[in-house]
Amino acid sequence: MNVWEILGFAALKIFIVVQLMLLTVSYLVYFERRISAWAQNRLGPNRVGWEGVLQPFADVLKLLLKEDIVPAQANRTIHTLAPIIALFVAFTTYAVIPFGPTINVFDFSIPLVVADVNIGILYVLALTSLGVYAITFAGWSSGSKYSLLGGIRSSAQMISYEISMGFSIGGILLLSESLRPLAIVQSQGQWMWNAWIQPIGFITFVVSAFAETNRLPFDLPEAEPELVGGFHTEYSSMKFAGFFLAEYANMIVASGLIVTLYLGGYNIPFFNIETLGLPVWITVLISIGAFLFKMAALLFFFIWVRWSLPRFRYDQLMSLGWKVMFPLSLINIIWVAALIMIFNL
Amino acid sequence: MSIKRREKDLTLLEKMYIPEIVKGLSLTLKTMFKPKFTLKYPEEKFIPSGSYRGRPVLVQEDDGRERCVACGLCSRVCPALAIEVQAAETDLEKERYPEKFEINMIRCIFCGFCEEVCPEEAIVMSKDYEMAFTNREEAIYGKDKLLVPVEQLQDRIDFLRKYK
Repeated sequence: MNVWEILGFAALKIFIVVQLMLLTVSYLVYFERRISAWAQNRLGPNRVGWEGVLQPFADVLKLLLKEDIVPAQANRTIHTLAPIIALFVAFTTYAVIPFGPTINVFDFSIPLVVADVNIGILYVLALTSLGVYAITFAGWSSGSKYSLLGGIRSSAQMISYEISMGFSIGGILLLSESLRPLAIVQSQGQWMWNAWIQPIGFITFVVSAFAETNRLPFDLPEAEPELVGGFHTEYSSMKFAGFFLAEYANMIVASGLIVTLYLGGYNIPFFNIETLGLPVWITVLISIGAFLFKMAALLFFFIWVRWSLPRFRYDQLMSLGWKVMFPLSLINIIWVAALIMIFNL
Repeated sequence: MSIKRREKDLTLLEKMYIPEIVKGLSLTLKTMFKPKFTLKYPEEKFIPSGSYRGRPVLVQEDDGRERCVACGLCSRVCPALAIEVQAAETDLEKERYPEKFEINMIRCIFCGFCEEVCPEEAIVMSKDYEMAFTNREEAIYGKDKLLVPVEQLQDRIDFLRKYK
């Protein structure tokens, strides 16, 4: 493979992934609204197109046509920069998450991941901690006390939960002995999913992922009843849509990450698909389908939890993060280390 | 922070959150598959029961005449001053009939006093709740719009006879 071929395939993969993500994000908003309606004995948006399937496009059109209002007290530069950072972080993080096995096309061996880098997990951690800047900047630059409170809460929350997230990933790295997401997927094999081996780590990671994506029950930066809308109170039009898209893109990234790290990535459990003797491209498609199915189930879980649980109080959030999640993730590391020592996994 | 005493302390299981979260999640999951309360409105319409107080209407007998004898009690009792009745004489047994009967639907508050006070069971509340107008003249309903055949109002009349 020469440089141009590598760049060409990378550009193609980036194009496909970004397009798919944008489409998924808009439909995620639609499904969020439908599922919330079902959970509340309502029907939800069902007017635009068949059962409301064109609703996302109507929403986007509305947001594009709205007036962009910037408050007089706002710091204009940072006010504009914040949603850009949010979107940038949300979309670039996906680059290292593998969505299928390596395929061979025209004598090229292409891994189905945008960037198959050795430090993939470090890259994810680095970028998700950048994400907090978007929200803090947005809160600070709006020139509104509610936004500022939202921004500050967000930074405190992110710092507390990033730690337990990092430590839960530590358990996985002990088992896989690699920071490369593809290697982590392969190390889990057919059914030795990390979710079975280290259930405590799985739970702490999922909870931290909820906190990192600012989803209920941890959506304190937004907290509509107390902070009006938190960090995005003073945002309108496409800038608001930027935060909105970023939140849902973060959900996709988080569920992609959970699937990769804990649920065996694109593998199908208890069943070796290669024994069926199907053509290669069908096995690849089924693997990608398995990955997407696991992701969809997790996304449904994200939405389901949001419409079932109340929001944490701020001090409860902090004590949960530091007094429960942090020790649990440490216990998880010890548990995994003990497993490795005893069973030579 | 000071330590608060609760009336009932949480048990260990409740403090662990997870069983309680599972309970909450199962409740919402069950609700998702239940039939919905809301309707696809313009296509499916809500059909109220006899106890519903919709637009007040005049009862039209089978021979096409109104029951109303133009006593004017409804107009007197109406707290919103929405009803205007003008009586005239007739050769029929009832001797009087409303020459003009108008309800201003902008003023009407759907209290049902007119129906309650009517000695002839001639004005009743219907099930009709779809009243949209684009100007004030349209909102004044005359006899043409108020007269409704008695069969369509049977539910309400039965309800009134049972409970009034």
